Amino acid sequence: MNRFLLPLGIFIVLVGFLAVGLRLNPREVPSPLVGKPAPDFSVPQLHDETAMFSPKEMAGKVWLLNVWASWCVSCREEHPILNEFAKSGTAPLVGLNYKDKREDGIRWLARFGDPYLLSAVDSDGRVGINYGVYGVPETYVIDKAGVIRFKQIGPVTPAVLQQKIIPLVQELNK
Amino acid sequence: MRILHAMAATLVALLIVSPVFAKEAMPLAEDPVVEQRLIHISEELRCLVCQNESLAGSQAELAQDLRREVRDLIKQGNSDQQIKDFLVSRYGDFVLYRPQLKPTTWLLWGGPFVLLIVGLAVLVSYLRRRSKLIVEAPLSEEDRKRAEILLKGEQS
Repeated sequence: MNRFLLPLGIFIVLVGFLAVGLRLNPREVPSPLVGKPAPDFSVPQLHDETAMFSPKEMAGKVWLLNVWASWCVSCREEHPILNEFAKSGTAPLVGLNYKDKREDGIRWLARFGDPYLLSAVDSDGRVGINYGVYGVPETYVIDKAGVIRFKQIGPVTPAVLQQKIIPLVQELNK
Repeated sequence: MRILHAMAATLVALLIVSPVFAKEAMPLAEDPVVEQRLIHISEELRCLVCQNESLAGSQAELAQDLRREVRDLIKQGNSDQQIKDFLVSRYGDFVLYRPQLKPTTWLLWGGPFVLLIVGLAVLVSYLRRRSKLIVEAPLSEEDRKRAEILLKGEQS
């Protein structure tokens, strides 16, 4: 009997590892930017080409940066959730219009609603690279000191919003 | 039959003609040295969109942007290590196909060797234990006779 216990034990451990491995999402790469200052940039705004936006303007506020594009299918999925979030007034939401055409972006917001305080335009994707963006939509929670506290890769779901983002914003606002 | 012939003829004609429609190859780059280094560096980097492709081979839009970025960094005179650090600081260790050696990756790098040593130790201890279990059993004269009788008996 004893001689079967060891192989059985090894087998169970192995199955355990494989089971956990199967449940992990390979798309979710932990960002090294969480806990680091949000990279600075200065780019034109979407609705007003002449006005610039820089994250420095948000200093002293807890805010969200949401990377979106009119060509991004999952952005459409998360958009109603962002619209609701904006209405609640929990935190200001800034959009980063990533690798998009200005007129497409404006038209998209007119059609689906504009939850953003403003949207900044990252036409060539350089700001995105500095923020480690690789799958739009992505959302960052940035604290009063300008440090990234959370990054959501892929669409914001109601669960993520209720369980992670809103409690974190409230915590940071204390 | 005639239709088949016509179809075959069309196919052949298409095959002959099609190279005309092919796009002309894009010039590799203005600077072949930069391009060489770009390929050398980006082969060791993972494309985050299609994760089993290297940055050198991927046609994903992000990969193209990142190649542009790497190309710029090369032109600015950065070393390979600096360029890799640039990407790691943004996308994490995951972009490196060859993970760096540091406390969190010790198990990853050393694990196979640890397993090998453990396996060898188990094998050696098992062999030693087994050799102790085999006791020399000297054959007495009586036994030999009995064995001979048995063997002969079997033959007949």
